Amino acid sequence: MLKAIGARSIADLFSPIPAEYRLGRDLKVPRQMAESEIVDWFRERSRENGDGYASFLGAGAYFHYRPVIIDSLISRGEFLTAYTPYQAEISQGTLQAIFEFQTMICELTGMEVANASMYDGSTGAAEAVMMAVRLTGRHSVLVARSVHPEYREVLATYAHHQGLPIAEVPFGKDGRIDVKALENSITPDTACVLIQSPNFFGTIEDAEAIAEIAHKNGAMLAVSIAEAVSLGIVEPPRKADIIAMEAQSFGVPLGFGGPYCGVIATKEKYVRQMPGRLTGQTVDSNGKRGFVLTLATREQHIRREKATSNICTNQALVALMVNIFMTIYGKVGLRELAKQNLAKTAYAAGQFGKHASILFDSSPRFNEFVLETSEDPYAINGRVLGHKIVGGLPLKKFYPELGNASLWCCTELTTRSAIDTAVGVVAESENSIRVDQGESFEEESEVMP
Amino acid sequence: MKHPSLKSRLQVNQNEGLIFEKSSPGKAAWKLPPLDVPDVDPAKLLGASERKDLGNMPEVSEIEIIRHFTRLSTWNYAIDLGMYPLGSCTMKYNPRVNEVVSRLEGLANGHPYQPERISQGALRIIKTLSECLNEITGMDAITLQPAAGAHGELTGLLMVRAYHESKGAARKKVLIPDSAHGTNPATAAMVGYAVENLKSNSRGMVDVEALSAQMNEDVACLMLTNPNTLGVFEQEIHKIADILHAKGGLLYMDGANMNALVGKVRPGDFGVDVMHLNLHKTFSTPHGGGGPGSGPVAIKKILEPFLPKPVVVTKPDGTLAFDYDRPQSVGRVRAYYGNFGMFVRALAYTFANGPDGLRQTTEDAVLNANYVRKGLEGVFDLPYDTPSMHEVVFSDKIQARKGAKTMDLAKRLIDYGFHPYTTAFPLIVPGALMIEPTESESKEELDLFVEAMKSIAAEVEEEPETVLSAPHSTRVSRLDETTAARKPVLRWKP
Repeated sequence: MLKAIGARSIADLFSPIPAEYRLGRDLKVPRQMAESEIVDWFRERSRENGDGYASFLGAGAYFHYRPVIIDSLISRGEFLTAYTPYQAEISQGTLQAIFEFQTMICELTGMEVANASMYDGSTGAAEAVMMAVRLTGRHSVLVARSVHPEYREVLATYAHHQGLPIAEVPFGKDGRIDVKALENSITPDTACVLIQSPNFFGTIEDAEAIAEIAHKNGAMLAVSIAEAVSLGIVEPPRKADIIAMEAQSFGVPLGFGGPYCGVIATKEKYVRQMPGRLTGQTVDSNGKRGFVLTLATREQHIRREKATSNICTNQALVALMVNIFMTIYGKVGLRELAKQNLAKTAYAAGQFGKHASILFDSSPRFNEFVLETSEDPYAINGRVLGHKIVGGLPLKKFYPELGNASLWCCTELTTRSAIDTAVGVVAESENSIRVDQGESFEEESEVMP
Repeated sequence: MKHPSLKSRLQVNQNEGLIFEKSSPGKAAWKLPPLDVPDVDPAKLLGASERKDLGNMPEVSEIEIIRHFTRLSTWNYAIDLGMYPLGSCTMKYNPRVNEVVSRLEGLANGHPYQPERISQGALRIIKTLSECLNEITGMDAITLQPAAGAHGELTGLLMVRAYHESKGAARKKVLIPDSAHGTNPATAAMVGYAVENLKSNSRGMVDVEALSAQMNEDVACLMLTNPNTLGVFEQEIHKIADILHAKGGLLYMDGANMNALVGKVRPGDFGVDVMHLNLHKTFSTPHGGGGPGSGPVAIKKILEPFLPKPVVVTKPDGTLAFDYDRPQSVGRVRAYYGNFGMFVRALAYTFANGPDGLRQTTEDAVLNANYVRKGLEGVFDLPYDTPSMHEVVFSDKIQARKGAKTMDLAKRLIDYGFHPYTTAFPLIVPGALMIEPTESESKEELDLFVEAMKSIAAEVEEEPETVLSAPHSTRVSRLDETTAARKPVLRWKP
């Protein structure tokens, strides 16, 4: 090949690089490993990573069963190793799958259009807010404090250089957005109100009432949905203008936080301000149905600095997992699945509630609840961990005002015996606080910001 | 019309409607275990919030789902089927061991909020990959949080801005060469910077004199892709960095083309202050039909205080932990820690290569691009004859005389069993054909590609209509994109 090129050596090919910058040594990275060694190394890491623990963690990342055919199908090289479907004639598989994905997301959210995916729920929520700002021409934002704290942090990062003041609306005793406070803080410059439902505490917000307040003031309502399975049994916020969803619950592994699958859904009239790729139906030159990426004039590769967003890559393969999951459970299964989540959570809340207090108990919830203990939840979790169970998420780092509260999640995979074991530890703690308080779990308290 | 190639052959594949068209009540592909807790009445628990109906969600059986998606998959082109010469996209082989290790239970089921003491495996992976990427790029620190390249650009520019703010003023604008990716200007706008275009010189490189003239105290940074989108190494990179640094500006490198540099030269050594990597390009994580990506941002020491939080640190007892106490941080750009599953794959790729393999990968990528260039020189117009690194950009100037534009040639390439190259980019080359073979291709596959391209060029002369109406061998012919955009149909309706 060198001869064909007319070069004497590989070094010739690198002669455009000024000599003083060329690396004259080996990179200091681990030596080349055989496949068996690679598998061993990661197996070791897997073992160090909570393998075999049951868990009550949710908080935006949910452990649901993943039917095996999801991985069988997404592992097909034609899906796994394909590029973005810009060349429609040889990408009809990916394109039709996205079209079906968009359709199912619309069905589930009650919106008219959905995009082909965003990075995740947090960036999707931030993009939804930016979209509302473009649509209303207004320049301030109200965010419920009951929205996932890390979503709020991402929004703050995104909004910081757009000259977008963000104000937080507190939650009331019922764990939902404080409607009075919302009414008092909304102004003629409010572009949108961002809520999450079920919110970070698992409580279902009254989206209809909030939409009314927003719309009365000329603002939009953007709703973040972090637990997609809730859509099987909880009425979607149909009065919202924009829904930003995290679809991880639909067949995507927890994977220590990613990759996940954000989605934005909205009304048809707003589609030209929606960020992200979109697939549309059309016909070929013989009149046959086919699909293409469309409305690209919103996007960065056409509009450059005037684009709706800088987003380019989305989460296509993850969206395909979500797609397959939605297809498997479908119209009946999704409801039954959601109902099991409801039942496990109701049981757990009932059992824990016998020994400690369940906050926001007056509001409807899906599969999470807030437990308030007398003892530091990190200490309790330390003992729960001894049973190979990860307890609920202590909330004090995100919500210091909630003291010893922690957020517990149950899904269809949570067993009664795990619930009973954890309840036993909490009961013991409540019964003998004085004895346990001496122990220190300082290390655990550094987990959260 | 004769069949055009040794490589491809028409084959029967299945028709398949939309999944909704196969749905009928009573079909199911799911089964839940019996409840081990008392059943509940949703109406009682949820009241008015209870959902009664799931609309047009499908009801199908498992074999139907398997067939549905398998049939759809056969309508896709993929790296696994053949060469994917998409310039700047780096469509290299996606090793399967990466997929296996990313699915190991502890990694696939790890919850982002599980206690650190049972997260040491994930933290070790993050730390080890960070160290490898710092070494490969010659930078001092890195964040793996950004979810994709464009997201990395955003993160990088946020750090640039925070840096300038810490020095007193954020500055006003970002310089971007006319050959840049569209994400660069879109990102600069999101961070509140004005975009100023920088012209390329006759060799396709940054015009250093123009840069000197445009550089002043208002410029926050230059966003430079190196090798640039012509596949050309910016030979005056040291001067470029000096010009920026002399006026307090920073050099941002778009690492989309890092595949041309790994193991041979390190951006940190030639003056780059901040850069992003695309793990789905250089580090072999699968494109998956358009994502997920991962866009780590590597930086020099001066930018370290501004890294997104949290960062991974080693505690005195040797265990790893997240540090959230970063008062100067730009904040968070994503929930949790980034696309962790992609870190696992990228690290497995790094292990499989080691120092020798990484260097050879780069050498092979550059060798392959130059081999293709040599094979097609003279057949296609080469607008810049500057030496190529990992990709080469031709133009359709010769073929356009017969009416065949770059997109037509690309569509015809499909009939020959190849994915099209990147068309009409970079913008500085009218009618560009941007070709990046990557290191994954054998000489045999490259020869087939060169032969196909030559054959298409001959067809343009002899039977241009064949090229203009291509592709001829696909399930669908050219699709009506205009109607799709004018009257958007974005979902199925019963």
